[in-house]
Amino acid sequence: MVEFAGWWMPVQFRGILEEHRRVRSTVGIFDVSHMGEFEVRGPNALRAVNRWVTNDVEKLEVGGVLYTALCYEHGGIVDDLLVYRLEDGYLLVVNAANEHKDLEWLRGQAPPGVDLVNATERTTLIAVQGPKTEAVLGPVARGPVLDLGFYRWCRAEVAGVPALVSRTGYTGEDGFEVYVDWDRGPEVWDALMEAGRGVDIEPIGLGARDTLRLEVRYCLYGNDIDQTTSPLEAGLGWAVSLEKEEFMGKEALVRQKAEGLERRLVGFEVEGRGIPRPGYEIQVNGRKVGSVTSGTFGPSVGKGIGMGYVERGVSSPGRQVAVVGRGRGGMAAEIVRGPFYKQGSRK
Amino acid sequence: MNIPKELKYTKEHEWVALDGKMAKVGITDYAQSQLGDIVYVELPTVGAEVTSMEPFGSIEAVKAVSDLFAPISGVVKEVNAALADNPELVNQSPYGEGWMIVVEAANPEELDGLMSAEAYEQLVESEAK
Repeated sequence: MVEFAGWWMPVQFRGILEEHRRVRSTVGIFDVSHMGEFEVRGPNALRAVNRWVTNDVEKLEVGGVLYTALCYEHGGIVDDLLVYRLEDGYLLVVNAANEHKDLEWLRGQAPPGVDLVNATERTTLIAVQGPKTEAVLGPVARGPVLDLGFYRWCRAEVAGVPALVSRTGYTGEDGFEVYVDWDRGPEVWDALMEAGRGVDIEPIGLGARDTLRLEVRYCLYGNDIDQTTSPLEAGLGWAVSLEKEEFMGKEALVRQKAEGLERRLVGFEVEGRGIPRPGYEIQVNGRKVGSVTSGTFGPSVGKGIGMGYVERGVSSPGRQVAVVGRGRGGMAAEIVRGPFYKQGSRK
Repeated sequence: MNIPKELKYTKEHEWVALDGKMAKVGITDYAQSQLGDIVYVELPTVGAEVTSMEPFGSIEAVKAVSDLFAPISGVVKEVNAALADNPELVNQSPYGEGWMIVVEAANPEELDGLMSAEAYEQLVESEAK
């Protein structure tokens, strides 16, 4: 168990490799209650949320979810988050490490007519991820859960407990995330574990959570994105709506797009036996062109993989680079496009 | 935590099995449990010289990389080739099939500087706090 953003969490249960493979082959269950949840209501809720985030929330219907970034005026990222359109407002789901920073930031940017409530400590969030996820939720959920499309949510009862269920996740596999009141968490967990016995469900720790997300090239705030990186540099332009009338950081991003990016976040695969780690240098012809932001061994691809920012001129897929750790020999790597693992069951 | 009494230990969590001047070396059960799943083990070749307290190779676990430190100085006489394809042997059997190298000791006095099982056990207990 380790301390993570003020929460006590397991790095692993039976081992990172086993847990990772479990999620890719059948299903795993994660207690991700450390994530922050904010509820936004009031007559100006839509206006506020749409000014806060880069993506266009106006088009989001009740029952929909979108991924977006919150930016500073200079275009750097405050956090990446999910926005759910509720019946009567919005649910923002943010990174655990940024809970208090985000809350303060949003409160400072909230116009009147906006009611912003931090629901983190009264919310349990359980993720069930893997190709067999429907076999776990099906028996214990009452409500249209199995009909949910990707990035859609519904109300349901899970093991008799009122829940919000969304078809979202951080693994690249099919999966659901289940939000219930804090004190009902354990009984929902037990019911899901029991329902998943026939498909060998296992609890999954932070270690495998990281290898799973990196294999499908999902960013992790604090590693791949932070206040010094813009969503355009990070390859998250698809979550930015530059045509939106206004949002925090828009001017900076419009300018950055016009001037062209100086660096880009790329993914790379190591040739041979080496594992890239955050902070290692990325070099071309002996010259530093960037550094690694995330790196690990990808159990499903069988090699070292990583992401890092590199100078725009050397960021194309196919580019050969050297990844050099402190005091270690360099490892040969190649910049690749898209996820490292492409056979995920994600809808 | 498994700490066999007949072995000697270092503060870098290696174990040493002595047979005359031959020292078989690996990492301890505590070390492998701290590292977690091991995916690559980088070892020297037979004939390489190793120097006491200096790195002779490295271990890549999923979540971290760690140097391997030579407990004594000498020449590498044997290397466990099984670890190239099956690095998980270090996790599964750190004192058995997960052995790493055999070194012929150049300076037998160095062997006296190794820790006993009791002393190593105390080290582990203090680190685990």
